[in-house]
Amino acid sequence: MRGMGAMTPGDLGPELALVVGAAVILLTAIFVPRRLQWVTTPLACACVGVAAVWSVRLAMTEPRLGFMGDWALDRVTTGAELTILAVTLVTLALAHRWMRTDPRAGEHPAIVLFSATGAMVLAGAADTMEIVVGMLLVSVTGYTMAAYHRGSAAAVEAGMKYFLIGALTNAVLLIGVVLLFGLTGTTSLAGTADVLSTGDPDAVVLLAAVVTIGVGLAFEIGATPAHAWVPDVAQGGPAPAAAFLTVAPKVGAVVALSRVMHVLPDAVIDWRVFVAVLAAATMTLGNLAALWQDDLRRLLGWSSVSQAGYALMAVVVMERSPTAAGALVYFLAGYAAANVAAFGVVVALRGRTRITDYRALATRRPVLTATLVVALLSLVGIPPLAGFVGKLTLFTATLQGGYGWLAVLAVVNTVVSLYYYLRVIGPMYFDDPAADEPAPLLGGWATAAAVTAGLAVVAVGLGAGPLLGPLTSGTLLP
Amino acid sequence: MLTLAIFTPLLGAITLVAVPRLDERASRLLTAVAAATPLALLSGAWLRFDSGGDALFQQVTDVEWIPTLGVGWRVGIDGIALALALLTALLFIAAALYPVDLRGRHRQYRAWLLFLQFASLGLFLTIDLLVFYVFFDLSLVGMYFLIGRWGHGDAQKSALKFFLYTLAGSLVMLLGFLALYLGTDPLTFDMRELIAQQPLAGGGARAGLAMAAVLFGLAVKTPLVPVHTWLPPAHVDAPGPVSAILAGVLLKMGTFGMIRIPLAMARETFAAFALPLAIVAVVSIVYGALVALGQIDLKRRIAYTSVNHMGYAVLGVAVAGAATGQSAARSLAITGAVVEMVAHGLITGALFLLAGSMWQRTADYRLDHYGGLAGPAPRFAGATTVAAFASLGLPGLAGFVAEFQIFVGTFAVFPVLAAIGLLGVLITAALFLQLLQQLFFGDTPDRLTGFADLGAREAAVLVGLLALVVLIGVWPTWLLDLVTPTSGLLLEINGAG
Repeated sequence: MRGMGAMTPGDLGPELALVVGAAVILLTAIFVPRRLQWVTTPLACACVGVAAVWSVRLAMTEPRLGFMGDWALDRVTTGAELTILAVTLVTLALAHRWMRTDPRAGEHPAIVLFSATGAMVLAGAADTMEIVVGMLLVSVTGYTMAAYHRGSAAAVEAGMKYFLIGALTNAVLLIGVVLLFGLTGTTSLAGTADVLSTGDPDAVVLLAAVVTIGVGLAFEIGATPAHAWVPDVAQGGPAPAAAFLTVAPKVGAVVALSRVMHVLPDAVIDWRVFVAVLAAATMTLGNLAALWQDDLRRLLGWSSVSQAGYALMAVVVMERSPTAAGALVYFLAGYAAANVAAFGVVVALRGRTRITDYRALATRRPVLTATLVVALLSLVGIPPLAGFVGKLTLFTATLQGGYGWLAVLAVVNTVVSLYYYLRVIGPMYFDDPAADEPAPLLGGWATAAAVTAGLAVVAVGLGAGPLLGPLTSGTLLP
Repeated sequence: MLTLAIFTPLLGAITLVAVPRLDERASRLLTAVAAATPLALLSGAWLRFDSGGDALFQQVTDVEWIPTLGVGWRVGIDGIALALALLTALLFIAAALYPVDLRGRHRQYRAWLLFLQFASLGLFLTIDLLVFYVFFDLSLVGMYFLIGRWGHGDAQKSALKFFLYTLAGSLVMLLGFLALYLGTDPLTFDMRELIAQQPLAGGGARAGLAMAAVLFGLAVKTPLVPVHTWLPPAHVDAPGPVSAILAGVLLKMGTFGMIRIPLAMARETFAAFALPLAIVAVVSIVYGALVALGQIDLKRRIAYTSVNHMGYAVLGVAVAGAATGQSAARSLAITGAVVEMVAHGLITGALFLLAGSMWQRTADYRLDHYGGLAGPAPRFAGATTVAAFASLGLPGLAGFVAEFQIFVGTFAVFPVLAAIGLLGVLITAALFLQLLQQLFFGDTPDRLTGFADLGAREAAVLVGLLALVVLIGVWPTWLLDLVTPTSGLLLEINGAG
């Protein structure tokens, strides 16, 4: 299975569908008059559909390394790709009406597709250079999305912060990749694994590689120490962009981190401890910071940091526990659905963001309120929602992998997180409504997208059986 | 049939939410039907229940849900589960019918109540450990919204405290469950397998930690001292019927879990925990009674007697789990614990409903603001007196049957603890007598001369509950026949003979 395979472009079908689609959209946006610019959204949605179908088709074959051995076609890739594509679809729907007044509304879907491509490249990369490429693609487009509203000082500031941290961490990632290349003479992960398992690698260089690659990828994961952009982008960026950027790059980057780390010999350098510390710090910091937020979007941003910490738990026990890979993908899918649903409600309510704006929302907007409640309870991990099964499998894998202390810390964090999620839920339901007008809505697309994401939270939770089955049967390539 | 009993209330709840045009009467009728159906179905299950059978669980349904994790939709009953499920169904009918200020949101209130009934019945009827946990958490969600939205005083804060405390407990418990689960082979959450395999046997420190985690979670829910502090505010600020459910049904989840999980699934490890648990139980008994005695607030006083009464139940379970003593005594103790749960559900349920009526009339719980109510409200006084005497353990009423068995069992195993625990019974007697005296005797304050007696609906519900209290007291055989064989099976299956 290892070594050079054939150069089969079909293996990259989902990514190619997005890239080609994005190019077509850019051209369309240039030539189509202003009033018809909206067609780019359905066009982009169609591309996402093609990519999803292609991704599923690839999953029908045996897990293998495709495209000259540099592309991991396994269940993890498929799960991550489908999650990213679903998030992309919802983001496109959310952004459709939101961006309409923007003079560059037509180009926006193209940026989203490019960014999704970058995230998918990260998810499937079995080669460190591919990781770098994916990382750059998702970062560069991410900066654009975060600062899409050039007129908004908050958005530009968020984009700037995102960019500065990104520039630094991307360079750090590159250093790590170069170090690993220097040790092994190859950028292919399969090759790296071979060389490191037979030779006697220098532990110090390996340590440096682990730290630099970890910190580099931590940027898009939204993990400590490169997490600082997350709350700013969540609050200041356009709300649909926040929905996308707190989820899609994270999914890709966590998978990429898992792939790199698990080819490194943990007998020589105990990268598991390093990732465990990252996980512990990330979830705790994210949670503590979220406690004091009075701004819902910022709160969701910090909560997204803490959720990244949970996801890293699966990386820690990768291969130690047979269910870790499946748990990771499942958790990410559930998290993605919940987070997108929560941001979707914010978008549907035209970006209202102070927690006090949501008081007594239940009486005026019962469906949207229910969606937000479902999303937040899923983020806490209340059964039978998606987040519960995700955390359940994560905790199980972590205990099985011998990291009991991490599971205990995760439990403590979960209890803390309940407090700030309830700070949003409580007033929505318990306060008596004021006399003023109900909050205006953004329109059908956004509401439908938010509610769909909310239903997905329930469906992914209740449908855990059929979803988890194929995931746990697969292992992580290479 | 059991599955249907669990899902009928959920169906009712969904209907209430989905049909916006239901008026008050229609929603009340729908709720009554949805709440009463499980009782009918469970009565059917009771008729078919074979108390001489040698399988622990009967009428089992087993459908796969998440096969990769070994989770399934598994329901089944033993005598203990059936008794508590029947109690649950009954109390929910009482709570659903009992009049309370719904603040113009009758559909939502009743929907949450039915949702809570769904979660509670599911918890008692499931024989899958993970599904047990799912229902355990769902009950928190339902209760959170009921307290927060329809409570009074500082209801939001009480609801938050309730949710935070019990979720913390339940998550710690989840880790313990996972430890149990990881000890099975092949991995499964099926309770029958877990009981057969005893996954923690010989597990050393790991087994001890897992057991401590499970017991901690259940102790928070029960609640035992010192993790009981969420209980008084939740009770005080909740509307009467919701308090009745909280005390009558939700607290039982803790003690029921202790019988079901530590006692049944980890016999050997639990034996090591039996004495410490019994000590904590006795502390709860005495402390609960003493603090209750010190309360000047009617509802707080009843709330703290719950700590005291649940202490008896836990004491019974702990005695049953001890490695020493005759098995007959231990069987007696566990049967007593189950009867205590049923009796406490009925009695305290009734007391909280009465307290709720009190709040409806005066919005005041201060005992010293009352007096002489026996004059204007004789039915009120009568119902309260019966419930109070039952609660303090007067022979001929349900509480006595339960406490008697528990203490007889305890004397055989932990005689010193039994002696100390009896103090609690004395104090409870004092505090209830004082409560009755303050409420109903002496001079009537002027502003209370117009105090309305129990209405027809209130009286009907209370008579129903209290009739059962008397029935269990004078003729307990029917309940004991249901519970005793299961107690025997539980102790026997675990090889303690």
